[in-house]
Amino acid sequence: MFRFLLKRLALTLPTFLALMLVTFLMIRLVPGDPIEVRRGERGITPERLEQLRHEMGLDQPVLKQFLDYVWGILNGDFGVSIVSRTPILDEFIKLFPATLELTICAMTFAIALGIPAGVYAATRRGGVADQTLMGLALTGYSMPIFWWGLLLILVMSNTLGLTPVSGRIDLIKYYFQPVTGFMLIDSVLSGQKGAFLDAVRHLILPMIVLGTVPLAVIARMTRSSMLEILGEDYVRTARAKGLSAARVVGVHALRNALIPVVTVIGLQTGTLLAGAVLTETIFSWPGVGKWLIESIGRRDYPALQGGIMLISTMVILVNLAVDLLYGLINPRICHGG
Amino acid sequence: MAVESVAAPPPSELLAFWRAFRENRGAVIGLSIVVFIALVAIFADFIAPHDPIEQFRDFTKRPPAWTEKGDWQFLLGTDALGRDMLSRLIHGARVSLFIGLMVMLVSIVVGVALGLSAAWFGGLYDVAVLRVMDLIMSIPSLVLAILIMAILSPSLTNTIIAVTVVYLPRYVRLVRASALAELSKDYVTAAKVAGVGPFRLMMRTVLPNCMAPLIVQAALGVSDAILEAAGLGFLGLGAQPPTPEWGSMLADSRDLIVSHPHVMAFPGLAILITVVAINLMGDGLRDALDPKLKRS
Repeated sequence: MFRFLLKRLALTLPTFLALMLVTFLMIRLVPGDPIEVRRGERGITPERLEQLRHEMGLDQPVLKQFLDYVWGILNGDFGVSIVSRTPILDEFIKLFPATLELTICAMTFAIALGIPAGVYAATRRGGVADQTLMGLALTGYSMPIFWWGLLLILVMSNTLGLTPVSGRIDLIKYYFQPVTGFMLIDSVLSGQKGAFLDAVRHLILPMIVLGTVPLAVIARMTRSSMLEILGEDYVRTARAKGLSAARVVGVHALRNALIPVVTVIGLQTGTLLAGAVLTETIFSWPGVGKWLIESIGRRDYPALQGGIMLISTMVILVNLAVDLLYGLINPRICHGG
Repeated sequence: MAVESVAAPPPSELLAFWRAFRENRGAVIGLSIVVFIALVAIFADFIAPHDPIEQFRDFTKRPPAWTEKGDWQFLLGTDALGRDMLSRLIHGARVSLFIGLMVMLVSIVVGVALGLSAAWFGGLYDVAVLRVMDLIMSIPSLVLAILIMAILSPSLTNTIIAVTVVYLPRYVRLVRASALAELSKDYVTAAKVAGVGPFRLMMRTVLPNCMAPLIVQAALGVSDAILEAAGLGFLGLGAQPPTPEWGSMLADSRDLIVSHPHVMAFPGLAILITVVAINLMGDGLRDALDPKLKRS
């Protein structure tokens, strides 16, 4: 296990290094004057320009600049936003819990519905229920989620008036200092009446929208994995022993069918973390995805650079964790690989 | 009628494929819809009742024709600037399919070149190609596309470039893996012994045997590319106005959701139908071409 861990870590390092190279090059490739791109100042005097160039190390050799950049990142310096003049790491840490909360809820939603739907479809193979569920899964898988979000807003919020349109909580009614950054927990901690319910009402639509694609993927994966396992000899043995259908499906088959599903869940979590960009934009959810898009609009390239670096780092770490977890569930992997 | 004792000649590959494909009802429906959309895209200039960017200032925000305030001149109504929705949707099919097909073509060409060369040369070159592909995959697709669009300015061509880069690793890894599997087989050794040069060996001997999964990936890749491009368009980073692109049409409709839901409904429906149809077709292709991958 330890060797497997080291090996996976060793594989991650070059990726991480290359990621730093890409983000380093990215800000150099942006068309326009480098000082303007990085500081957002325009029409400055040549002396000031020279001074800024020196301050930012732009008069150094490129390799030295890159090493400085890497050193900065290793020390937690991801640059400073042009617009807010605050360190990008601080902004990210402030916004990340919102994205994480949304991602976790969306994934929970997808797993809670996807696995039972997949199992049910597999046991009713070829029947009406199977065909309906798989048709729905195909639709969900093909859904342009930004449209799905607008559609849900139209029906749930504007027509039925059930859910709010944007944000994480009603800021006029409820105000409290964030403790954990997770609105569901903070609203309970605040002790204000109705705050938690309001937070849930805000969360529900973004959760459904972000969870739709993984829900469809998990349902399809569970179904095909389940069908494969149901044909195995040990399942037939279990049936022959006279075990109830529920026990055969729920215990003998499901446990083994879940192994590939776990991989898919892991892969999807990484995608979700960043896929939140569209969902957050539609629902004005104050997370890192919306912040990233706004940074483009404001031409805040340092924020974009730092943000992409941080989000990708998160995804790399999640994927690493999934791999390790997978090695624990399925010991064959770490010995074979 | 006498029983024919002579065995029928084996059906041609194409015919065998079509028979397998035809069994899947969903795939045939998907294929018909794709063909229909493709025809609409090709003949957009003749089918569309109006110019997609012409603004009828006296007819802004008209609802569809069958509703009370509708106008039969504009079958699906008009948008905020008085442009005919139907004409924009028809021309949008052209934009979306063009993006999807271009991404697919470039990905196949580059993917085959990189994948085959990595499998053939191996060693450091192989490792380098794989590392770069891993890097691309470690950055979430939409974030990477956003990064590329931030460097190149938003436009239709740059959308194609960004989406291609994002989905390239799938093709490269697929081609490399299948080529590696084929390279160890006897018929390749035989060809080598017969003195076939490396280029001919890879292109004529190995590549045709890697085609089945590649075709499936390419078909499904078109739908992914269309979705991704529409997402970029929705964020304002794709094709720029007044290009009638489905994603950016949706973005324009956001202020009108409540008052004029039809402006929002149709472009999204168009994306959904196109992507579902292509995915249905892709699933059918997979079942017909590659029985090993068959989804039971």
